[in-house]
Amino acid sequence: MSIPSQAIRVAVLTSLFALSAAASAQTLRVANQGDALSLDPHSLNESLQLSVDSNAYEALVGWNKKLEMVPMLATGWKQMSPTVWRFDLRKGVTFYDGTPFTADDVVFTMGRIAGEGSDMKSYSNDVKETRKVDSHTVEIETKTPLPILPQILSQVYIMSKKWCEDNNATRPVDRRKGIENTASFKTNGTGPYHVRERQPNVRTVFVRNPRYWGKVEGNVQEVIFTPIANPATRVAALLSGEIDVMEPVPVQDIARINANASTQVVAGPELRTIFLGMDQKRDELLFSSVKGKNPFKDKRVRQAFYQAIDIAGIQKTVMRGASRPTALMIGPGNNGWTEAQDKRLPYDPEAAKKLMAEAGYPNGFEVTMNCPNDRYVNDAQICQAVAANLARIGVKINLQAETKGTYFPKILRRDTSFYMLGWTPSTYDAHNALNALMRCPNDKTGDGQFNLGSYCNPKLDELTVKLGAETDKAKRDAMIKEAFALHTEDIGHLPLHQQTLAWGVNKKVSLVQLADNFMPFKWISVKTK
Amino acid sequence: MGAFILRRLIQAIIVMVSVAFIAFLLFQYVGDPVVFLLGQDATPEQIRQLRSDLGLDQPFFVQFWHFLVNAAQGEFGLSLRQGAKVSRLLGERFPATFELAMVAALLALLIGVPMGVYAALKRGTFMSQLFMTVSLLGVSLPTFLIGILLILVFSVWLGWLPSFGRGETVQFGWWSSGLFTLDGWLHIILPAITLAIFQLTLIMRLVRAEMLEVLRTDYIKFARARGLTDRAIHFGHALKNTLVPVMTITGLQLGGLIAFAIITETVFQWPGMGLLFIQAVTFADVPVMAAYLCLIALIFVAINLIVDMLYVVVDPRLRVAKAGGH
Repeated sequence: MSIPSQAIRVAVLTSLFALSAAASAQTLRVANQGDALSLDPHSLNESLQLSVDSNAYEALVGWNKKLEMVPMLATGWKQMSPTVWRFDLRKGVTFYDGTPFTADDVVFTMGRIAGEGSDMKSYSNDVKETRKVDSHTVEIETKTPLPILPQILSQVYIMSKKWCEDNNATRPVDRRKGIENTASFKTNGTGPYHVRERQPNVRTVFVRNPRYWGKVEGNVQEVIFTPIANPATRVAALLSGEIDVMEPVPVQDIARINANASTQVVAGPELRTIFLGMDQKRDELLFSSVKGKNPFKDKRVRQAFYQAIDIAGIQKTVMRGASRPTALMIGPGNNGWTEAQDKRLPYDPEAAKKLMAEAGYPNGFEVTMNCPNDRYVNDAQICQAVAANLARIGVKINLQAETKGTYFPKILRRDTSFYMLGWTPSTYDAHNALNALMRCPNDKTGDGQFNLGSYCNPKLDELTVKLGAETDKAKRDAMIKEAFALHTEDIGHLPLHQQTLAWGVNKKVSLVQLADNFMPFKWISVKTK
Repeated sequence: MGAFILRRLIQAIIVMVSVAFIAFLLFQYVGDPVVFLLGQDATPEQIRQLRSDLGLDQPFFVQFWHFLVNAAQGEFGLSLRQGAKVSRLLGERFPATFELAMVAALLALLIGVPMGVYAALKRGTFMSQLFMTVSLLGVSLPTFLIGILLILVFSVWLGWLPSFGRGETVQFGWWSSGLFTLDGWLHIILPAITLAIFQLTLIMRLVRAEMLEVLRTDYIKFARARGLTDRAIHFGHALKNTLVPVMTITGLQLGGLIAFAIITETVFQWPGMGLLFIQAVTFADVPVMAAYLCLIALIFVAINLIVDMLYVVVDPRLRVAKAGGH
């Protein structure tokens, strides 16, 4: 299986038949490896939960099939001044319960996400005030210029003020206190679907929202969403026709699903970038045979590691084609990604050996590598392959692969010398990656919080701060480019690839796959027999 | 009898507290739930706040004491991941596991005992050889493989039975049952067989061995000498006397079925406690794991207690020894 090269920024669209199929009562059965934790769209900032909720709730700003920003509950927006944005709200929209959608709901929602129990607080950190101008206009003032405010708001689903107040749900479900409310089990959004039945971790049934303001292209009337954790069971359920769509498909089962007459795999690049990081801060590595100094402080060593990794081999054998090797810390589909910069240093073990010798390690050294084994696609196998590659330049890797439950706490404490991480910018913008992964860590402010190897370049920091407030797109993009160039020059991290999204689909279903791994039911159709 | 039960009760309490302690101790090292709760965009300030809200910054023994006091009242706090009461979550999941374990146990008994008897009485025949060979497979194949094979054959190839879930259920108060709908029965067949196979073979081999043992004893010879029918000897005398060890094993295995349905539940996405436990492990959901382990310990302790008492009922010789004490 090869990845469509034109799929950059683009979702893969399967159109086995025209989307104009007659709207008759169609049921779609979807299985995912997990479940949304809550139906409350502000209680957890996690892609699966937001994806599930996005069928019932909508934001001011949305994304189209090509992941381009489009009007949703706001019909238009403009910057009145560097820190003030004005949004014109869509008229004639009602929530599922019939309450009309107005500016009050937007003001309420912005307050709700900033409040107690919300997991979406970071989306309101920079917001100073949300003002109602008239019943269908709001102004949002930010603390500093914030050019990506619309992108940020695309993840903030609008809830009805009246419904939340009537149902004692003015605050998100606070998991710390265990306060559950109506919003955990019921939905009342403006979206195309509405949750009719909710059994957490067993099944969630969606039905069409008869009051939906927009157009539902698909013909699906009812969606039964089931979590099936075991990959083999998930695949079996698809093959036996008990479910129509499943994700993710284990890489090793792709061929089998394609071989079945009634099923196929729909694949496309995901926004997530998998990379390796190295401790570049400590004077002596915590877990290495080199004493008294830190080899990763030497750029030649980092470059040697980079050039020793046979990324094409990993793509072929470990990922079975289901990956897209990358040289950048963000993938296609994110603002700031450019094809020109996405050029890897060549795989060259000989050059790598030379670099190691120049750096004073002609015989290599020993270092521990930390790796998750249940978080990313074939994560532990990738690490094994990297370890085998590095052995060729004399580096002996002690691989520690473990479950994400113990892995993340460890590496987030920076208790590591060499580690793997995957990252999807939640704003689809380079700034998020620069800020979280590449800035010098500052634990008070949270800058560089996931820069676990403490790579640090003051010039990059300066650019990140500046571009965060820059509102001129051209200037901003130029700064992103410069920041990435610095990072690439420094070999701050070792980018590996973007993994491929793989959904198993019954051939009677046609759907749109988005690179952010959201699954909008409104674009799904089921062929009528 | 009274002293015997009292002594067993005290032992049970000691076991329970130890299990609670070990469970709690282990979970100190399982991982940090805060990371999962807050997601990738959390600030260090938010992380600190959540740790203190959850009491994770308190000393170990303070945390354990709170845990123990609450556990004694059946209260295990809130699931960190799901934000719901653990007792409620377990309560919701228990019926599914219990029904699965019961159906599996019945299958194992109803098929295993006759097969064992047959294999003992008709030693050397083709059928009994076949039973023995098949049972060896049953013991040696791992549960998940059996489950996946059954799914492959009956769901994917033949399309007869569903591969996952519990199907349609009927609600009786807090108890949800799948045993009153056809759909529910269709869903329970494959997981119940998967879960039963190991027990079935175990019971069969045990019954066979015990039966052979008993058939060699003197009282069977006397019975034959008295001219009793084979039927009376085999079922009235021999089988009855093989049942004591079978009862112990079955009792303990029933606990095992409930406790270790984890794999079967994972393979079949059976919404029981095992699945809940696995999900909890993945997300370092300490309260759920702790509660689950304690509950399982409680089930084992209770079953042991019942089995011990049943011995006394079945085997008169034990009545004298046990009741007398030392």
